[in-house]
Amino acid sequence: MNSLVVVGLLLVIMGLAYQSGWSRSRNLATPNGIRVHSRPQYHGTLVALWAIIPMLLILALWAYFGGDVIRAFTLAQLPADVAAQTGQDLQATLQRINALASGFGVAGDVQPYEQAAGEALRQFQFTTFLVVIAAAAGTGILALLYARSKITPRLRARNNVEFIIGLLLLACSGIAILTTVGIVASLVTEALRFFTFVNPLDFFFGTVWNPVFSSTEGGAQGQYGLLPLLAGTLMVSLIATLVAVPVGLMTAIYLSQYAPRKLRAIIKPIIEILAGIPTIVYGFFALVTVGPFLASAGDIIGLDIKAASALTAGLVMGIMIIPFISSLSDDILNQVPSSMRDGSYGLGATQSETIRRVLLPAALPGIVGAFLLAISRAIGETMIVVLAAGNSPVLRGTPLEPVSTITISIVNQLTGDTDFAGPQSLVAFALGLTLFVMTLILNVVALYIVRRFREQYE
Amino acid sequence: MTELSQSNTASRSLAAERARKVKAGLRRRHMTEKIFRGLGIAAIVAALGFVALLFTDVLSKGIPAFTQANLHLEVAYDPAIIKLTPAPVREVGQSDAGFEQANLKWRSSLVLLNWNKVLEVAMRKSAPADYDIDTRQLLTIPETNARHILRERYVEDPGLLGKTISIDLVASANVDNWVKGNIDRDLPDAQQQLGADARALTDFFAENGTLTKDFATGIFTNVDSRAAPASAGLAGAFMGSVYMMLVVIILAVPIGVASAIYLEEFAKKSRLTDIIEVNINNLAAVPSIVFGLLGAAVFINFFHLPISAPLVGGMVLTLMTLPTIIIATRAALQSVSPALRQAALGLGASRTQMVFHHVLPVTFPSILTATIIGVAQALGETAPLLLIGMNAFVASVPASPLDQATALPVQIFLWNGNENRNFFEARTSAAIMVLLGLMILLNAIAIFLRTRLERRA
Repeated sequence: MNSLVVVGLLLVIMGLAYQSGWSRSRNLATPNGIRVHSRPQYHGTLVALWAIIPMLLILALWAYFGGDVIRAFTLAQLPADVAAQTGQDLQATLQRINALASGFGVAGDVQPYEQAAGEALRQFQFTTFLVVIAAAAGTGILALLYARSKITPRLRARNNVEFIIGLLLLACSGIAILTTVGIVASLVTEALRFFTFVNPLDFFFGTVWNPVFSSTEGGAQGQYGLLPLLAGTLMVSLIATLVAVPVGLMTAIYLSQYAPRKLRAIIKPIIEILAGIPTIVYGFFALVTVGPFLASAGDIIGLDIKAASALTAGLVMGIMIIPFISSLSDDILNQVPSSMRDGSYGLGATQSETIRRVLLPAALPGIVGAFLLAISRAIGETMIVVLAAGNSPVLRGTPLEPVSTITISIVNQLTGDTDFAGPQSLVAFALGLTLFVMTLILNVVALYIVRRFREQYE
Repeated sequence: MTELSQSNTASRSLAAERARKVKAGLRRRHMTEKIFRGLGIAAIVAALGFVALLFTDVLSKGIPAFTQANLHLEVAYDPAIIKLTPAPVREVGQSDAGFEQANLKWRSSLVLLNWNKVLEVAMRKSAPADYDIDTRQLLTIPETNARHILRERYVEDPGLLGKTISIDLVASANVDNWVKGNIDRDLPDAQQQLGADARALTDFFAENGTLTKDFATGIFTNVDSRAAPASAGLAGAFMGSVYMMLVVIILAVPIGVASAIYLEEFAKKSRLTDIIEVNINNLAAVPSIVFGLLGAAVFINFFHLPISAPLVGGMVLTLMTLPTIIIATRAALQSVSPALRQAALGLGASRTQMVFHHVLPVTFPSILTATIIGVAQALGETAPLLLIGMNAFVASVPASPLDQATALPVQIFLWNGNENRNFFEARTSAAIMVLLGLMILLNAIAIFLRTRLERRA
């Protein structure tokens, strides 16, 4: 309701400002043929911008400080002994009063002071809302009038508007940088906090992963060895690439070298469907279908394969990466100059010989790049392993047993936890930082290789 | 002469030898060629097979969940059981809070009534006369929320008192399993989830038409429920996803397109733009779970935005989809012919006018496609949402993007973890079908719009 009023007010003032700037500009132009620098739309837009920016500033200030003001007011309404409460109790009291003020009933009997505070808060909220709205509207209108009075034939309104648009565009592209800065800053600061609890050496080279969750065991912090998780991550990724690279690469070769154009046009999109399926669906598929299938297949040949294992997760993750490898390899194979292929045919080589001895060696760097990108994707994949890898953070050499990965542990340690006090939840950030650095290195190397490869044939 | 013929035959035999060798080699080479080709076909068949397997698996598991066992009962609102004062009416001068208070009191006395008795009477009426079954077992047949439904009906219309109406109720998950044959009927009693009397009565109900299998509209209209698994639905998760997609569209599209325009059209080649470019390429490959960590640390912990809110989820997904949209938009802008730009500039347009009036409209179809693909990607994302608390159990449809909510893929994750596997495996598959259906719909819209707009352009 309130936000609708605010949005409505903003829109109304914006429209008014645009209209007044526009008409003022038109009036300048008509009487005696004065040449106005900018067209009326630009004057209108400029006035609208002038009016809207201070309003937004005021509203932003209120959004930021308003909560504190309301809280302080409510506290002032309470009897001293109630206001002296701390933590949860105080929070609960404030919530009850808020509920009373907003007209909802509350459970249990209402204390007289609660009733009074609720009524007062209701009044106060209403008044402050009116004051803020009035202040915003007043400033907006003042700014509008000022901007309007500045309109002259020589005002370079278009340039001003375009300057502001340019600033907005720049700010938007800054968000990408801010995101990276945010990721690095939050991961690093929280990871550093984690390292105040646990020695980095114990983290990076520890072989036991056993975070103790119970807070009752005072002082017990558990052990946070990265190696079992790292081993699990690498094992699952390795299995995934072993599945995806042969299938993906051969698919790309067949589609780009052998398949008739029509067949290619049908098959390529179907394979790319695999890339669009949400990973949770793969996870479910792995858990419910692939895992039990592998387990019973293992029974037949006398192998003890667990339903949730590195093999299950890796296999399904490999399926997920197939389109990724095949479309990257396809691009790369197409970039090898056809003169090389024609030369090979001219010497009497068969098609497969040309592909194996000429095309693939020429495309090798690019394919290695694609391979690295695929590994990086497999390392960061979460839902498949959460559902199908079994979550057993123990160092083992066999892919037939359950494993745990870095991503699984991040989810386990942080899910539903917002108070990052102990190493139990902070470790998620140290793991995230490890993951981020690993994938970043892989990506940078891969992108560099691919770029070098492209330049080679351009 | 003889020498010559000798050397001749020698060279001839040499040539024959070579031809034989070449021929033998050729056969081998053609064999390898065939094998190689066969491998290629095998790879494609494998990839297509995976697609087919995945879809048939989900479909075969999910389709049964779209029908559900329902009970059709004649429920009598017997005044002998429902003894209640009339609902409070607002008195003159009563405050909001005071009225709510009275209302709450009335509602709690309503809850204390024995609605199970009403249900039991109705069920015994449909059973054979004097059928011997104890109340506990009888009440395992309808879903546990049946009494709430009877009560809500009464709250809506207090005039029902003393009347008998027919009401459709969802049967419990165990009954559903029994009727659909998901449970082996020959298992001994100890391993059955329903008692023997309840099983026999269920079969009787199925025969006399009290219990039928109908289309499960509840999947689409109900919210998630733990106490009453058979009536768990996707409505809450769906609205959560809708809110998040709205946030993504409102934030990611303008910001993404604007930064692409800046980088492609305005920025001078400099150190800074190089950094931004490398940075965007790398962001596109950062694992999604890292964005979840970012959301948990920055949005939740630093800015204290509400936990489990679609607004925050949407913001995290926005950051995740931004690189996709930026990269695709830049590619689209690059593909616009320089002639168009030069013509606009030559006629006196400013740079901004050139971009916004001429270049951008031409690239509109590609930008739209990129947006829809980005949104579809965001729609299916699960991992980052787990870290910002969107896996909370929420038993209501979120009314605004600031309310607690969950999302479709997260709902799949939650249902998949439900211990009633027999029932929820099908439900989960059904939810997956809904999610995949939405994604196919989005992609179909993208393809349709692109072909249409491209034809016009």
